[in-house]
Amino acid sequence: MTAVAQPITREPRIVASSLDIAKIRADFAILAERINGKPLVYLDNAATSQKPRVVLDAIANYYTHMNANIHRGVHTLSVRATEAHDAARLTVRNFINAADTREIIFVRGATEAINLVAQTYGRVHVGAGDEVLITAMEHHSNIVPWQILCEEKGAHLKVAPIDDRGELILDEFAKLIGPRTKIVAVTQVSNALGTVLPLREMIELAHRQGVPVLVDGAQAIPHFAVDVQALDCDFYAFSGHKVYGPTGIGVLYGKRALLNAMPPYQGGGDMIRSVTFEKTTYNDLPWKFEAGTPDIAGAIALGAALKYIYALGMENIAAHEHDLLAYATEVVGAIPGVQLIGTARERAGVLSFVLDNVHPHDLGTILDREGIAIRTGHHCAQPVMERFGIPATARASFAVYNTKEEIDALVAGIRAALEVFA
Amino acid sequence: MSADLGELGDLYQEVILEHSKAPRNFRKPTTANHHAEGFNPLCGDKCSVYLDVENGAIKDIGFQGSGCAISRASASMMTQALKGKSTAEAAKLFEEFHNLVTGDAKAMENAAELGKLAAFGGVSKFPARVKCATLAWHTLQSALEDKSETVSTE
Repeated sequence: MTAVAQPITREPRIVASSLDIAKIRADFAILAERINGKPLVYLDNAATSQKPRVVLDAIANYYTHMNANIHRGVHTLSVRATEAHDAARLTVRNFINAADTREIIFVRGATEAINLVAQTYGRVHVGAGDEVLITAMEHHSNIVPWQILCEEKGAHLKVAPIDDRGELILDEFAKLIGPRTKIVAVTQVSNALGTVLPLREMIELAHRQGVPVLVDGAQAIPHFAVDVQALDCDFYAFSGHKVYGPTGIGVLYGKRALLNAMPPYQGGGDMIRSVTFEKTTYNDLPWKFEAGTPDIAGAIALGAALKYIYALGMENIAAHEHDLLAYATEVVGAIPGVQLIGTARERAGVLSFVLDNVHPHDLGTILDREGIAIRTGHHCAQPVMERFGIPATARASFAVYNTKEEIDALVAGIRAALEVFA
Repeated sequence: MSADLGELGDLYQEVILEHSKAPRNFRKPTTANHHAEGFNPLCGDKCSVYLDVENGAIKDIGFQGSGCAISRASASMMTQALKGKSTAEAAKLFEEFHNLVTGDAKAMENAAELGKLAAFGGVSKFPARVKCATLAWHTLQSALEDKSETVSTE
Protein backbone atom coordinates (compact mmCIF):
# COMPACT_ATOMS: atom_id res chain seq x y z
CA MET A 1 0.00 0.00 0.00
CA THR A 2 1.00 3.60 -0.40
CA ALA A 3 1.80 5.56 2.69
CA VAL A 4 -0.82 7.69 4.33
CA ALA A 5 -1.31 10.79 2.21
CA GLN A 6 1.06 13.54 3.24
CA PRO A 7 -0.77 16.82 3.73
CA ILE A 8 0.07 19.97 1.84
CA THR A 9 2.52 22.24 3.59
CA ARG A 10 2.25 25.92 2.86
CA GLU A 11 5.93 26.50 2.50
CA PRO A 12 6.96 28.96 -0.16
CA ARG A 13 7.91 27.22 -3.36
CA ILE A 14 8.95 27.98 -6.88
CA VAL A 15 6.06 28.14 -9.32
CA ALA A 16 6.59 26.41 -12.65
CA SER A 17 6.63 28.87 -15.50
CA SER A 18 3.84 27.21 -17.41
CA LEU A 19 1.71 24.09 -17.33
CA ASP A 20 2.20 21.11 -19.63
CA ILE A 21 -1.44 20.72 -20.62
CA ALA A 22 -0.85 17.58 -22.71
CA LYS A 23 0.72 15.92 -19.67
CA ILE A 24 -2.15 17.07 -17.46
CA ARG A 25 -4.70 15.72 -19.96
CA ALA A 26 -3.01 12.32 -19.78
CA ASP A 27 -3.84 12.27 -16.05
CA PHE A 28 -7.56 12.32 -16.88
CA ALA A 29 -8.44 8.97 -18.47
CA ILE A 30 -11.97 10.07 -19.38
CA LEU A 31 -10.63 12.76 -21.73
CA ALA A 32 -9.68 9.93 -24.13
CA GLU A 33 -13.35 8.94 -24.48
CA ARG A 34 -14.96 9.27 -27.87
CA ILE A 35 -18.49 10.66 -27.95
CA ASN A 36 -20.55 9.93 -31.06
CA GLY A 37 -17.32 9.00 -32.77
CA LYS A 38 -15.63 12.31 -31.91
CA PRO A 39 -13.02 13.12 -29.28
CA LEU A 40 -14.67 14.34 -26.09
CA VAL A 41 -14.52 18.11 -25.62
CA TYR A 42 -15.60 18.55 -22.04
CA LEU A 43 -16.74 22.12 -21.36
CA ASP A 44 -19.21 21.45 -18.54
CA ASN A 45 -16.76 21.83 -15.66
CA ALA A 46 -18.96 24.20 -13.68
CA ALA A 47 -21.44 21.32 -13.34
CA THR A 48 -18.73 18.87 -12.34
CA SER A 49 -15.06 18.46 -13.16
CA GLN A 50 -13.41 15.27 -14.36
CA LYS A 51 -11.15 13.34 -11.98
CA PRO A 52 -7.41 12.75 -12.33
CA ARG A 53 -6.00 9.25 -11.90
CA VAL A 54 -4.60 10.08 -8.44
CA VAL A 55 -8.17 10.59 -7.22
CA LEU A 56 -9.39 7.29 -8.68
CA ASP A 57 -6.33 5.58 -7.24
CA ALA A 58 -6.95 7.08 -3.80
CA ILE A 59 -10.44 5.57 -3.76
CA ALA A 60 -9.22 2.16 -4.94
CA ASN A 61 -6.28 2.26 -2.53
CA TYR A 62 -8.54 3.09 0.38
CA TYR A 63 -10.89 0.18 -0.28
CA THR A 64 -8.02 -2.17 -1.12
CA HIS A 65 -5.73 -1.43 1.82
CA MET A 66 -7.49 0.58 4.55
CA ASN A 67 -11.23 0.08 4.60
CA ALA A 68 -12.48 0.18 8.20
CA ASN A 69 -14.56 2.53 10.29
CA ILE A 70 -12.73 5.51 11.74
CA HIS A 71 -12.32 6.51 15.38
CA ARG A 72 -13.54 3.08 16.52
CA GLY A 73 -11.27 0.11 16.35
CA VAL A 74 -7.86 -0.47 17.81
CA HIS A 75 -7.11 -2.71 14.86
CA THR A 76 -4.62 -1.74 12.20
CA LEU A 77 -7.06 -1.04 9.37
CA SER A 78 -9.09 1.32 11.54
CA VAL A 79 -5.92 3.16 12.49
CA ARG A 80 -4.89 3.46 8.82
CA ALA A 81 -8.33 4.74 7.80
CA THR A 82 -8.42 7.23 10.68
CA GLU A 83 -4.95 8.56 9.90
CA ALA A 84 -5.72 8.96 6.20
CA HIS A 85 -9.01 10.70 6.99
CA ASP A 86 -7.26 13.05 9.44
CA ALA A 87 -4.56 13.76 6.87
CA ALA A 88 -7.24 14.71 4.32
CA ARG A 89 -8.71 17.19 6.78
CA LEU A 90 -5.27 18.73 7.29
CA THR A 91 -4.85 18.96 3.51
CA VAL A 92 -8.14 20.85 3.22
CA ARG A 93 -7.14 23.16 6.04
CA ASN A 94 -3.84 23.99 4.36
CA PHE A 95 -5.45 24.34 0.93
CA ILE A 96 -7.80 27.11 2.10
CA ASN A 97 -5.40 28.34 4.81
CA ALA A 98 -7.75 27.86 7.73
CA ALA A 99 -6.26 28.66 11.14
CA ASP A 100 -7.23 25.35 12.71
CA THR A 101 -7.97 21.81 11.52
CA ARG A 102 -11.03 21.76 13.79
CA GLU A 103 -12.58 24.41 11.57
CA ILE A 104 -12.90 21.94 8.68
CA ILE A 105 -16.20 20.04 8.67
CA PHE A 106 -16.70 17.31 6.07
CA VAL A 107 -20.17 17.38 4.53
CA ARG A 108 -21.78 16.00 1.34
CA GLY A 109 -21.25 19.18 -0.65
CA ALA A 110 -21.70 22.95 -0.71
CA THR A 111 -25.49 22.52 -0.54
CA GLU A 112 -25.30 20.57 2.71
CA ALA A 113 -22.76 23.02 4.11
CA ILE A 114 -25.12 25.96 3.52
CA ASN A 115 -28.09 24.06 4.93
CA LEU A 116 -26.03 23.19 7.99
CA VAL A 117 -25.32 26.86 8.71
CA ALA A 118 -28.90 27.93 7.99
CA GLN A 119 -30.30 25.26 10.29
CA THR A 120 -27.87 25.77 13.18
CA TYR A 121 -26.41 29.28 13.22
CA GLY A 122 -29.48 30.57 11.37
CA ARG A 123 -32.07 29.04 13.67
CA VAL A 124 -30.36 30.45 16.74
CA HIS A 125 -29.68 33.96 15.44
CA VAL A 126 -32.45 34.76 12.94
CA GLY A 127 -35.82 35.68 14.43
CA ALA A 128 -39.09 37.30 13.42
CA GLY A 129 -38.52 40.51 11.48
CA ASP A 130 -34.80 39.83 11.01
CA GLU A 131 -33.11 39.79 7.63
CA VAL A 132 -30.83 37.48 5.64
CA LEU A 133 -28.94 39.17 2.79
CA ILE A 134 -27.97 37.35 -0.41
CA THR A 135 -27.23 38.57 -3.97
CA ALA A 136 -29.16 38.28 -7.23
CA MET A 137 -26.44 35.94 -8.52
CA GLU A 138 -26.90 33.05 -6.12
CA HIS A 139 -27.31 29.42 -7.10
CA HIS A 140 -30.59 27.94 -5.85
CA SER A 141 -28.60 26.17 -3.12
CA ASN A 142 -27.71 29.54 -1.59
CA ILE A 143 -31.29 30.84 -1.88
CA VAL A 144 -33.60 28.03 -0.82
CA PRO A 145 -32.00 27.13 2.58
CA TRP A 146 -32.41 30.78 3.60
CA GLN A 147 -35.98 30.93 2.27
CA ILE A 148 -36.86 27.89 4.37
CA LEU A 149 -35.29 29.53 7.43
CA CYS A 150 -36.98 32.90 6.80
CA GLU A 151 -40.36 31.26 6.34
CA GLU A 152 -40.01 29.33 9.58
CA LYS A 153 -38.88 32.37 11.56
CA GLY A 154 -40.95 35.11 9.93
CA ALA A 155 -37.73 36.74 8.71
CA HIS A 156 -37.06 38.49 5.39
CA LEU A 157 -34.74 37.49 2.56
CA LYS A 158 -33.09 40.58 1.03
CA VAL A 159 -31.44 40.44 -2.38
CA ALA A 160 -28.61 42.74 -3.47
CA PRO A 161 -29.07 43.63 -7.18
CA ILE A 162 -26.70 43.24 -10.12
CA ASP A 163 -26.18 45.46 -13.17
CA ASP A 164 -26.45 44.65 -16.89
CA ARG A 165 -22.89 43.33 -16.99
CA GLY A 166 -23.70 40.89 -14.22
CA GLU A 167 -21.69 42.73 -11.57
CA LEU A 168 -22.88 43.26 -8.02
CA ILE A 169 -23.92 46.86 -7.32
CA LEU A 170 -21.77 47.33 -4.22
CA ASP A 171 -23.50 50.53 -3.04
CA GLU A 172 -26.87 48.78 -3.05
CA PHE A 173 -25.37 45.80 -1.23
CA ALA A 174 -23.96 48.15 1.45
CA LYS A 175 -27.33 49.86 1.87
CA LEU A 176 -29.07 46.53 2.45
CA ILE A 177 -26.93 45.69 5.49
CA GLY A 178 -28.90 47.04 8.42
CA PRO A 179 -29.58 46.51 12.12
CA ARG A 180 -31.88 43.56 11.34
CA THR A 181 -29.35 41.79 9.09
CA LYS A 182 -28.25 38.61 10.89
CA ILE A 183 -26.18 36.92 8.20
CA VAL A 184 -24.91 37.62 4.68
CA ALA A 185 -24.65 34.63 2.30
CA VAL A 186 -22.91 35.27 -1.02
CA THR A 187 -21.28 33.38 -3.82
CA GLN A 188 -17.63 34.00 -4.67
CA VAL A 189 -18.11 33.23 -8.39
CA SER A 190 -21.47 33.16 -10.18
CA ASN A 191 -22.13 29.73 -11.70
CA ALA A 192 -24.35 31.20 -14.42
CA LEU A 193 -22.31 34.28 -15.39
CA GLY A 194 -18.79 33.65 -14.11
CA THR A 195 -18.70 36.97 -12.25
CA VAL A 196 -16.10 37.14 -9.47
CA LEU A 197 -17.57 39.08 -6.56
CA PRO A 198 -15.61 41.72 -4.61
CA LEU A 199 -15.63 39.59 -1.47
CA ARG A 200 -13.08 41.48 0.57
CA GLU A 201 -15.05 44.72 0.33
CA MET A 202 -18.34 42.91 0.91
CA ILE A 203 -17.08 41.09 3.99
CA GLU A 204 -15.59 44.28 5.39
CA LEU A 205 -18.89 46.10 4.90
CA ALA A 206 -20.77 43.32 6.70
CA HIS A 207 -18.27 43.06 9.53
CA ARG A 208 -18.41 46.80 10.12
CA GLN A 209 -22.03 46.18 11.13
CA GLY A 210 -21.13 43.04 13.07
CA VAL A 211 -22.77 40.71 10.53
CA PRO A 212 -21.11 37.36 9.72
CA VAL A 213 -20.64 36.26 6.11
CA LEU A 214 -21.04 32.82 4.56
CA VAL A 215 -19.27 32.37 1.21
CA ASP A 216 -20.48 29.82 -1.36
CA GLY A 217 -17.14 28.89 -2.88
CA ALA A 218 -18.33 26.02 -5.08
CA GLN A 219 -17.45 27.82 -8.33
CA ALA A 220 -14.33 29.54 -7.02
CA ILE A 221 -12.30 26.79 -5.39
CA PRO A 222 -11.15 25.06 -8.63
CA HIS A 223 -10.05 28.28 -10.31
CA PHE A 224 -7.80 30.29 -8.00
CA ALA A 225 -6.19 30.21 -4.56
CA VAL A 226 -8.59 30.75 -1.69
CA ASP A 227 -7.37 31.99 1.69
CA VAL A 228 -10.19 32.07 4.23
CA GLN A 229 -8.11 34.01 6.75
CA ALA A 230 -7.22 36.71 4.24
CA LEU A 231 -10.89 36.93 3.17
CA ASP A 232 -11.90 36.92 6.85
CA CYS A 233 -15.13 35.12 5.90
CA ASP A 234 -16.98 33.45 8.75
CA PHE A 235 -18.11 30.39 6.80
CA TYR A 236 -16.89 28.97 3.49
CA ALA A 237 -18.67 26.14 1.64
CA PHE A 238 -17.48 24.08 -1.31
CA SER A 239 -18.08 20.77 -3.07
CA GLY A 240 -15.39 18.20 -3.78
CA HIS A 241 -16.67 17.16 -7.18
CA LYS A 242 -16.22 20.61 -8.73
CA VAL A 243 -12.56 20.66 -7.70
CA TYR A 244 -11.49 17.36 -9.30
CA GLY A 245 -12.63 15.25 -6.34
CA PRO A 246 -15.45 12.71 -6.12
CA THR A 247 -19.16 13.44 -5.65
CA GLY A 248 -20.67 13.06 -2.20
CA ILE A 249 -17.98 14.96 -0.30
CA GLY A 250 -17.68 18.65 0.46
CA VAL A 251 -16.42 21.04 3.08
CA LEU A 252 -17.79 23.60 5.47
CA TYR A 253 -15.18 25.90 6.95
CA GLY A 254 -16.30 27.94 9.93
CA LYS A 255 -14.50 30.15 12.42
CA ARG A 256 -13.94 28.08 15.52
CA ALA A 257 -15.71 30.42 17.94
CA LEU A 258 -18.82 30.41 15.77
CA LEU A 259 -18.82 26.63 15.29
CA ASN A 260 -18.33 26.07 19.01
CA ALA A 261 -21.34 28.21 19.86
CA MET A 262 -23.60 26.54 17.28
CA PRO A 263 -25.97 23.70 18.16
CA PRO A 264 -25.37 20.38 16.36
CA TYR A 265 -26.92 19.78 12.93
CA GLN A 266 -27.73 16.08 13.00
CA GLY A 267 -27.62 13.60 15.85
CA GLY A 268 -25.94 10.23 15.67
CA GLY A 269 -22.65 8.43 16.01
CA ASP A 270 -19.31 10.26 16.10
CA MET A 271 -20.91 13.60 17.07
CA ILE A 272 -21.36 12.62 20.73
CA ARG A 273 -19.03 12.12 23.65
CA SER A 274 -21.42 10.21 25.87
CA VAL A 275 -25.05 9.22 25.71
CA THR A 276 -27.51 8.32 28.42
CA PHE A 277 -31.26 8.49 27.99
CA GLU A 278 -31.25 11.62 30.14
CA LYS A 279 -28.43 13.58 28.55
CA THR A 280 -26.04 13.51 25.63
CA THR A 281 -22.73 15.34 25.69
CA TYR A 282 -21.62 16.46 22.25
CA ASN A 283 -18.23 15.78 20.82
CA ASP A 284 -15.64 18.47 20.11
CA LEU A 285 -15.12 20.12 16.75
CA PRO A 286 -15.13 19.03 14.00
CA TRP A 287 -16.91 15.78 14.91
CA LYS A 288 -19.81 17.61 16.55
CA PHE A 289 -21.08 18.33 13.02
CA GLU A 290 -20.22 14.95 11.51
CA ALA A 291 -22.91 12.56 12.68
CA GLY A 292 -22.75 9.03 11.32
CA THR A 293 -19.99 7.20 9.50
CA PRO A 294 -18.68 9.77 7.02
CA ASP A 295 -17.67 9.33 3.37
CA ILE A 296 -14.18 8.25 4.38
CA ALA A 297 -12.97 7.34 0.89
CA GLY A 298 -14.49 10.57 -0.46
CA ALA A 299 -12.60 12.74 2.03
CA ILE A 300 -9.32 10.96 1.29
CA ALA A 301 -9.89 11.28 -2.47
CA LEU A 302 -10.74 14.98 -2.06
CA GLY A 303 -7.43 15.36 -0.26
CA ALA A 304 -5.71 13.71 -3.24
CA ALA A 305 -7.49 16.10 -5.66
CA LEU A 306 -6.45 19.20 -3.70
CA LYS A 307 -2.86 18.00 -3.51
CA TYR A 308 -2.90 17.37 -7.26
CA ILE A 309 -3.95 20.92 -8.18
CA TYR A 310 -1.81 22.44 -5.45
CA ALA A 311 1.19 20.76 -7.07
CA LEU A 312 0.19 22.27 -10.44
CA GLY A 313 0.03 25.65 -8.71
CA MET A 314 -3.20 27.60 -8.31
CA GLU A 315 -1.50 30.66 -9.86
CA ASN A 316 -0.67 28.58 -12.95
CA ILE A 317 -4.19 27.21 -13.16
CA ALA A 318 -5.67 30.70 -12.79
CA ALA A 319 -3.38 32.04 -15.52
CA HIS A 320 -4.14 29.20 -17.95
CA GLU A 321 -7.90 29.46 -17.39
CA HIS A 322 -7.76 33.24 -17.70
CA ASP A 323 -6.17 32.80 -21.14
CA LEU A 324 -8.84 30.25 -22.13
CA LEU A 325 -11.69 32.47 -20.99
CA ALA A 326 -10.26 35.54 -22.70
CA TYR A 327 -9.83 33.56 -25.92
CA ALA A 328 -13.32 32.04 -25.71
CA THR A 329 -14.88 35.44 -24.99
CA GLU A 330 -13.16 36.87 -28.06
CA VAL A 331 -13.86 34.11 -30.58
CA VAL A 332 -17.35 33.08 -29.42
CA GLY A 333 -18.33 36.73 -28.95
CA ALA A 334 -17.22 37.48 -32.52
CA ILE A 335 -19.67 35.00 -34.11
CA PRO A 336 -22.56 36.92 -35.68
CA GLY A 337 -25.76 35.93 -33.88
CA VAL A 338 -24.09 35.29 -30.52
CA GLN A 339 -24.90 37.41 -27.49
CA LEU A 340 -22.74 36.96 -24.38
CA ILE A 341 -24.66 36.98 -21.09
CA GLY A 342 -22.56 38.29 -18.22
CA THR A 343 -19.72 40.57 -19.20
CA ALA A 344 -18.35 41.41 -15.78
CA ARG A 345 -14.82 42.83 -15.77
CA GLU A 346 -13.64 40.03 -13.52
CA ARG A 347 -14.83 36.55 -14.42
CA ALA A 348 -13.67 32.99 -13.81
CA GLY A 349 -14.30 29.73 -15.60
CA VAL A 350 -17.63 30.46 -17.28
CA LEU A 351 -18.81 31.76 -20.66
CA SER A 352 -22.61 32.11 -20.87
CA PHE A 353 -24.31 33.05 -24.13
CA VAL A 354 -27.46 32.88 -26.23
CA LEU A 355 -27.87 32.63 -30.01
CA ASP A 356 -30.33 34.39 -32.29
CA ASN A 357 -32.82 31.81 -33.59
CA VAL A 358 -31.23 28.84 -31.84
CA HIS A 359 -32.52 27.73 -28.46
CA PRO A 360 -29.75 26.61 -26.06
CA HIS A 361 -31.19 23.07 -25.97
CA ASP A 362 -30.93 22.68 -29.71
CA LEU A 363 -27.37 23.97 -29.57
CA GLY A 364 -26.61 21.48 -26.79
CA THR A 365 -27.86 18.56 -28.89
CA ILE A 366 -25.97 19.68 -32.00
CA LEU A 367 -22.73 20.15 -30.04
CA ASP A 368 -23.16 16.75 -28.38
CA ARG A 369 -23.14 15.13 -31.83
CA GLU A 370 -19.68 16.69 -32.22
CA GLY A 371 -18.57 15.28 -28.88
CA ILE A 372 -18.76 18.71 -27.19
CA ALA A 373 -20.36 18.78 -23.74
CA ILE A 374 -21.78 22.09 -22.53
CA ARG A 375 -24.59 22.92 -20.14
CA THR A 376 -27.82 24.42 -21.41
CA GLY A 377 -30.68 25.67 -19.28
CA HIS A 378 -31.10 27.95 -16.31
CA HIS A 379 -28.11 26.55 -14.36
CA CYS A 380 -30.12 26.38 -11.11
CA ALA A 381 -30.04 30.16 -11.09
CA GLN A 382 -33.51 31.10 -12.35
CA PRO A 383 -33.45 34.59 -10.76
CA VAL A 384 -30.32 35.35 -12.86
CA MET A 385 -32.15 34.26 -16.04
CA GLU A 386 -35.09 36.46 -15.07
CA ARG A 387 -32.76 39.43 -14.51
CA PHE A 388 -31.56 39.11 -18.11
CA GLY A 389 -35.05 38.33 -19.47
CA ILE A 390 -34.11 34.95 -20.92
CA PRO A 391 -35.32 31.43 -20.07
CA ALA A 392 -31.95 29.75 -20.52
CA THR A 393 -28.39 30.15 -21.72
CA ALA A 394 -25.71 27.95 -23.18
CA ARG A 395 -22.74 27.74 -20.83
CA ALA A 396 -19.21 26.63 -21.63
CA SER A 397 -17.10 26.26 -18.50
CA PHE A 398 -13.41 25.57 -18.28
CA ALA A 399 -10.92 23.53 -16.29
CA VAL A 400 -7.16 23.25 -16.23
CA TYR A 401 -7.16 20.50 -18.90
CA ASN A 402 -9.03 22.50 -21.54
CA THR A 403 -7.28 23.90 -24.61
CA LYS A 404 -7.75 26.61 -27.21
CA GLU A 405 -8.27 23.85 -29.81
CA GLU A 406 -11.32 22.74 -27.84
CA ILE A 407 -12.67 26.29 -27.92
CA ASP A 408 -12.11 26.29 -31.69
CA ALA A 409 -14.21 23.09 -31.85
CA LEU A 410 -16.92 24.87 -29.85
CA VAL A 411 -16.88 27.78 -32.28
CA ALA A 412 -17.23 25.41 -35.26
CA GLY A 413 -20.15 23.69 -33.53
CA ILE A 414 -21.91 26.99 -32.83
CA ARG A 415 -21.48 28.01 -36.48
CA ALA A 416 -22.94 24.67 -37.61
CA ALA A 417 -25.95 25.14 -35.32
CA LEU A 418 -26.56 28.64 -36.66
CA GLU A 419 -26.48 27.17 -40.17
CA VAL A 420 -29.05 24.46 -39.34
CA PHE A 421 -31.49 27.07 -38.08
CA ALA A 422 -30.63 29.82 -40.59
CA MET B 1 -30.18 23.11 -43.98
CA SER B 2 -26.98 21.38 -44.92
CA ALA B 3 -27.21 17.80 -46.14
CA ASP B 4 -24.52 16.39 -43.86
CA LEU B 5 -26.47 16.45 -40.61
CA GLY B 6 -26.29 12.65 -40.26
CA GLU B 7 -28.19 11.40 -37.25
CA LEU B 8 -29.03 14.99 -36.37
CA GLY B 9 -31.11 15.04 -39.54
CA ASP B 10 -33.35 12.39 -37.99
CA LEU B 11 -34.08 14.79 -35.16
CA TYR B 12 -34.21 18.06 -37.04
CA GLN B 13 -36.24 16.92 -40.03
CA GLU B 14 -37.17 19.56 -42.57
CA VAL B 15 -40.80 19.66 -41.47
CA ILE B 16 -39.76 20.10 -37.82
CA LEU B 17 -37.36 22.93 -38.62
CA GLU B 18 -40.02 24.59 -40.75
CA HIS B 19 -42.66 24.45 -37.99
CA SER B 20 -40.17 25.66 -35.37
CA LYS B 21 -39.43 28.73 -37.47
CA ALA B 22 -43.07 29.44 -38.34
CA PRO B 23 -45.30 27.77 -35.76
CA ARG B 24 -48.97 27.32 -36.70
CA ASN B 25 -51.86 28.23 -34.40
CA PHE B 26 -49.47 30.26 -32.25
CA ARG B 27 -52.34 32.17 -30.68
CA LYS B 28 -55.01 32.06 -28.03
CA PRO B 29 -58.40 31.36 -29.65
CA THR B 30 -61.01 33.85 -28.40
CA THR B 31 -63.48 30.99 -28.00
CA ALA B 32 -61.16 28.86 -25.84
CA ASN B 33 -62.96 27.08 -22.99
CA HIS B 34 -60.11 24.83 -21.82
CA HIS B 35 -56.61 25.89 -20.98
CA ALA B 36 -53.52 24.59 -19.22
CA GLU B 37 -49.98 25.76 -18.59
CA GLY B 38 -47.06 23.43 -19.19
CA PHE B 39 -43.65 24.00 -17.74
CA ASN B 40 -40.44 22.04 -17.96
CA PRO B 41 -38.64 23.01 -14.76
CA LEU B 42 -35.40 21.46 -16.01
CA CYS B 43 -34.98 23.87 -18.91
CA GLY B 44 -37.49 26.63 -18.26
CA ASP B 45 -39.55 25.86 -21.38
CA LYS B 46 -43.10 27.14 -21.11
CA CYS B 47 -46.18 26.13 -23.10
CA SER B 48 -49.81 27.24 -22.83
CA VAL B 49 -52.44 25.20 -24.70
CA TYR B 50 -55.90 26.64 -25.42
CA LEU B 51 -58.84 24.57 -26.62
CA ASP B 52 -62.35 25.26 -27.82
CA VAL B 53 -64.14 21.98 -27.16
CA GLU B 54 -67.79 21.52 -28.11
CA ASN B 55 -69.70 18.22 -27.79
CA GLY B 56 -66.50 16.28 -27.35
CA ALA B 57 -64.90 17.75 -30.48
CA ILE B 58 -61.90 20.08 -30.68
CA LYS B 59 -63.26 23.00 -32.72
CA ASP B 60 -60.20 25.17 -32.28
CA ILE B 61 -56.79 24.88 -30.66
CA GLY B 62 -53.84 27.18 -30.17
CA PHE B 63 -50.67 27.47 -28.12
CA GLN B 64 -48.25 30.07 -26.82
CA GLY B 65 -44.94 29.95 -24.99
CA SER B 66 -41.21 29.71 -25.44
CA GLY B 67 -39.01 26.73 -25.97
CA CYS B 68 -36.56 24.91 -28.17
CA ALA B 69 -37.15 23.95 -31.80
CA ILE B 70 -38.42 20.49 -30.87
CA SER B 71 -40.96 21.71 -28.33
CA ARG B 72 -42.15 24.54 -30.60
CA ALA B 73 -42.52 22.30 -33.65
CA SER B 74 -44.21 19.59 -31.60
CA ALA B 75 -46.78 22.07 -30.25
CA SER B 76 -47.38 23.52 -33.69
CA MET B 77 -47.86 20.14 -35.39
CA MET B 78 -49.99 18.90 -32.52
CA THR B 79 -52.45 21.76 -33.01
CA GLN B 80 -52.65 20.98 -36.73
CA ALA B 81 -53.21 17.29 -36.11
CA LEU B 82 -55.92 17.79 -33.51
CA LYS B 83 -58.15 20.44 -35.01
CA GLY B 84 -61.50 18.78 -35.76
CA LYS B 85 -60.64 15.58 -33.85
CA SER B 86 -62.66 14.25 -30.91
CA THR B 87 -61.12 14.43 -27.45
CA ALA B 88 -61.02 10.61 -27.41
CA GLU B 89 -59.04 10.62 -30.67
CA ALA B 90 -56.71 13.24 -29.19
CA ALA B 91 -56.00 11.06 -26.16
CA LYS B 92 -55.30 8.07 -28.42
CA LEU B 93 -53.00 10.13 -30.65
CA PHE B 94 -51.03 11.30 -27.59
CA GLU B 95 -50.51 7.70 -26.57
CA GLU B 96 -49.27 6.74 -30.03
CA PHE B 97 -47.08 9.84 -30.24
CA HIS B 98 -45.60 9.14 -26.81
CA ASN B 99 -44.84 5.55 -27.83
CA LEU B 100 -43.17 6.81 -30.99
CA VAL B 101 -40.82 9.31 -29.34
CA THR B 102 -39.85 6.86 -26.61
CA GLY B 103 -38.82 4.30 -29.22
CA ASP B 104 -41.59 1.71 -28.84
CA ALA B 105 -40.91 -0.81 -31.63
CA LYS B 106 -44.56 -1.22 -32.66
CA ALA B 107 -45.15 2.52 -32.70
CA MET B 108 -42.06 2.98 -34.89
CA GLU B 109 -43.38 0.36 -37.27
CA ASN B 110 -46.80 2.03 -37.50
CA ALA B 111 -45.37 5.57 -37.57
CA ALA B 112 -46.86 6.27 -40.99
CA GLU B 113 -50.34 6.21 -39.44
CA LEU B 114 -49.38 9.30 -37.47
CA GLY B 115 -49.04 11.30 -40.67
CA LYS B 116 -46.76 14.34 -40.36
CA LEU B 117 -46.20 13.55 -36.67
CA ALA B 118 -44.13 10.55 -37.77
CA ALA B 119 -41.30 13.08 -38.26
CA PHE B 120 -40.77 12.96 -34.49
CA GLY B 121 -39.63 9.32 -34.66
CA GLY B 122 -36.02 10.54 -34.63
CA VAL B 123 -36.48 11.94 -31.10
CA SER B 124 -36.25 8.40 -29.75
CA LYS B 125 -32.52 8.43 -30.56
CA PHE B 126 -32.12 11.51 -28.34
CA PRO B 127 -33.53 10.50 -24.93
CA ALA B 128 -32.64 13.88 -23.44
CA ARG B 129 -35.10 15.52 -25.85
CA VAL B 130 -38.21 13.38 -25.24
CA LYS B 131 -39.50 15.90 -22.70
CA CYS B 132 -39.19 18.67 -25.28
CA ALA B 133 -41.32 16.71 -27.76
CA THR B 134 -44.02 15.79 -25.24
CA LEU B 135 -44.38 19.06 -23.28
CA ALA B 136 -47.24 20.35 -25.46
CA TRP B 137 -49.01 17.00 -25.36
CA HIS B 138 -48.84 16.75 -21.58
CA THR B 139 -50.20 20.28 -21.40
CA LEU B 140 -53.00 19.28 -23.79
CA GLN B 141 -53.90 16.33 -21.57
CA SER B 142 -54.02 18.59 -18.56
CA ALA B 143 -56.26 21.06 -20.42
CA LEU B 144 -58.64 18.30 -21.52
CA GLU B 145 -58.86 16.81 -18.03
CA ASP B 146 -59.99 20.14 -16.68
CA LYS B 147 -63.58 19.11 -15.95
CA SER B 148 -64.73 22.66 -15.35
CA GLU B 149 -67.24 23.87 -17.93
CA THR B 150 -66.44 27.45 -17.06
CA VAL B 151 -64.73 29.30 -19.87
CA SER B 152 -61.25 30.29 -18.80
CA THR B 153 -60.95 33.96 -18.00
CA GLU B 154 -57.42 33.97 -19.26
